[in-house]
Amino acid sequence: MSGIWLAIAGIIIFALGYKYYSKFIAEKIYRLDPNYVTPAHKYEDGVDFVPTNKFVLWGHHFTSVAGAAPIVGPAIAVYWGWLPAILWVLLGTVFAAGVHDFGTLVLSVRNKGQSMGTLASKLIGERAKKLFLFIILLLVLMVNAVFAWVIANLFISFPASVVSVFIQIPLAVWIGYSVYKKKGSMLLPSVVALGVMYLAAIVASYVPVLQIDLVKYFGGEGATTFMGANATSMAFFVWIVVLMVYVYIASTLPVWKLLQPRDYINSHQLLVGLGLLYLGLLFTNPEVTAPVSNAQADVSWFPLLFITIACGAISGFHGLVSSGTTSKQLNNEKEARFVGYLGAVGEGSLALIAIIAVITFFPTAGEFSATYSSFTEASGAGLTVFIQGAAQLATGLGIPSVVASTIVSVIIVSFAATTLDSSVRLMRYIISELGTEYNFKPLTKAHVATTAAVVSSAALTLIPQGPKGFGSGGYLLWPLFGTSNQLLAGISLLLISIWLKRLGRNYWPTLIPMLFIMFMTLWAMIDQVITEWAPWAAGSDWLLFSFGAIILVFTIWILLTAASALLNGKDNNIEKSA
Amino acid sequence: MGNKKLSLKKLVQFYDEVLSLPHKNEIARELRDEDDLFLLLIYSDMLGIPNPAFYYTLELYPYIIEKFHDWHLRMGMEKSPLDGIRCC
Repeated sequence: MSGIWLAIAGIIIFALGYKYYSKFIAEKIYRLDPNYVTPAHKYEDGVDFVPTNKFVLWGHHFTSVAGAAPIVGPAIAVYWGWLPAILWVLLGTVFAAGVHDFGTLVLSVRNKGQSMGTLASKLIGERAKKLFLFIILLLVLMVNAVFAWVIANLFISFPASVVSVFIQIPLAVWIGYSVYKKKGSMLLPSVVALGVMYLAAIVASYVPVLQIDLVKYFGGEGATTFMGANATSMAFFVWIVVLMVYVYIASTLPVWKLLQPRDYINSHQLLVGLGLLYLGLLFTNPEVTAPVSNAQADVSWFPLLFITIACGAISGFHGLVSSGTTSKQLNNEKEARFVGYLGAVGEGSLALIAIIAVITFFPTAGEFSATYSSFTEASGAGLTVFIQGAAQLATGLGIPSVVASTIVSVIIVSFAATTLDSSVRLMRYIISELGTEYNFKPLTKAHVATTAAVVSSAALTLIPQGPKGFGSGGYLLWPLFGTSNQLLAGISLLLISIWLKRLGRNYWPTLIPMLFIMFMTLWAMIDQVITEWAPWAAGSDWLLFSFGAIILVFTIWILLTAASALLNGKDNNIEKSA
Repeated sequence: MGNKKLSLKKLVQFYDEVLSLPHKNEIARELRDEDDLFLLLIYSDMLGIPNPAFYYTLELYPYIIEKFHDWHLRMGMEKSPLDGIRCC
C-alpha cells in the first residue's frame, strides 16, 4: 500500500473531525457565543491582551505547540506496527486533543484569560495550584532531559548538522539586535539566516573537516577516554555540558535577544520540514513496508502505546499555551474552535507524517523488524530512522540523500533546542514560584533557580545507562515524559469537565477522554514501575523507579481530587455566564 | 497578474505577522517596562520621593495623565495613590 493513501485517509478523518465533531462541541458543549466580550477586547493593553486575526493566531498557536515531540513518540511507537500508532494519533487528535486544546482555550477565555494553574486553584482549591506546579515541574524536567539527549544523540549520529546549528546562534543574536534597534521586519534577515544555515549544512555534508564528530576525536567507538568512559559516553557528556551552558545563557537573557529570533528562524523550519515531508511523500510515492501490527512484541502495546505517543495524540503542554497566551489574543469566542481544534489537528498531521516517514523507509518488513527488534531498540533507534526516512522522502524533491539527512537533523535539533530553551526558562520560573510559595528566598533568585534547573536536567540526562554507556540512555526517560504530559492533559480535561458540570452541561465529551487518559497512564505506570523498573524486576533501575513512583502518587492524588471535585458541587467564583 | 502579485504580497505579510506576533508583544512589554520606570520618575515627587527635575517634569503631566490609570494598576495599586489625580 502506498503511504499517500494513509496520509489522505488521515487528513480526511481530521477534516471530518473538525467539520462535525468540533462543531458539535462548539454548539452543544462549550456553547460559543459570538457576542461574548473576549479578554483580548475587555483588557486590551497592546502587550498581552491584543485582539488578533484568527489565521494569524492559529499560525502562532501551531508554531508554539509543534516541535520534536510529535515526531519522537510516533517514531518509537511504530514498533507495535503502524496501525495502532496511526489509529491512536487520529482518534486521539479528533476526540481527545482537539477537545482538550479547544476546551482549555474556551475555559481560559471565559475566565479573564487566566492560566490553567490559576483556574485549577479556582475550580478545585488552593492545593491544586501547588499540585499543578509540581506536575509542570516534573514535565519540564523530563522535557529538558529528553530533548538534551535528542540533540546530543543527533550531534553524534549526524555530525554534519553541528556547524549549521551553532551558526544559528550568532545569526539570531544579530537579527534580534537589528530588529530591536531598527524596528524592521524579521522576515528577510531570518530567511537569509536560514539560507546560511542550510548552506553550511550542505557544505558540511561533503566536507568531513566541518563535521564536528566528537566520537571520532575521542578515538572512535570503543576507545576508552578519561576515567574509563568510552568515546561515545564522553561525547554525550561534552555535548550535554555544552548544551546546558548554552541554555543557561539563553534562558537568562531577555527573550528578544536570542530566543525569539531563533524561534522565528525555526518557524520557517517547521514549514520547510512539513513541506519536505508531505511534498516528498507525494513525489516519491513510497510503499508501506512496516508490518500492520507486531505479534512478537516483547512489551505489550496496551497500554504503553498511549504514553509513548503523547504529543501528536494529546498533549497537556498545549493547554499551557492555550491558556497562557492564545486566550488573551482571541478576537471572537467563535474563533476558539478554529484556533484550538485546528491547533491540535496541525500537531496530529505532524505525527501522522512522522509515522509514514518511518514505515516507508525500510525496503522490506524484515529489515524493519531487524531494527525494531525490541522496545528498547526501537526507543533508541526511532529518531535516527525517522531522519533517514524523512531524508528518503526528500530525495523525491531532487535533494541528495546525504544533504537531506543533514538538513532534516538540523530541523529536528532546532525544534528540540527551541523546546529545551523554553522549558528551561519555564522550569526557572516554576522553581522561583515554588521558592515564593514555600518562603525559601534563595530559590527566588534568577541565577539560583536557573542553576537548579540546568544542573538537575543535566544530571537526569546523563544518569540513564544506554547500550553505549552513560548519557546514551536518555530515551529511557521517554515514557516518563509521555506520562507527565498525559497527566497534565488529564488534569486540564478534568478542569473543563468540572466547569461544564457546574454550568449544568453535558460533560461526557471531556470526561471520557480524561478517564481514558488517566486510566491508561495509571496502568502503564504501574506496569512499568512494578514489572520493569522496581528493584525486584529484571530491568531494575532506581532512577526510573523513583520518578515513576512519584508520578504514580501524583496520578492517584489527581484521581482522588477528580472524584471529590466532580462529586462536590460547591460554588466558586468561576465564570458562569453561558 | 496584478491581483496575483497582491495576493503573494498579502501572503508574505500574513506569514510575517504570524511569526512576529510573540516578538511584537515582547518588544511592547520591554518598552512598557521602560515607560513605567519613566512614569515613576515623573510621579516621584507626588509619591514623596524628592525629584530635582520636578519643575520640568511637571510640564509633561498633560501628556502622561491618560496613561496614569493603567500605570497605577500595573504597579499593584488598585486605587489612585495621588489625591491630585482622581482617575478611579
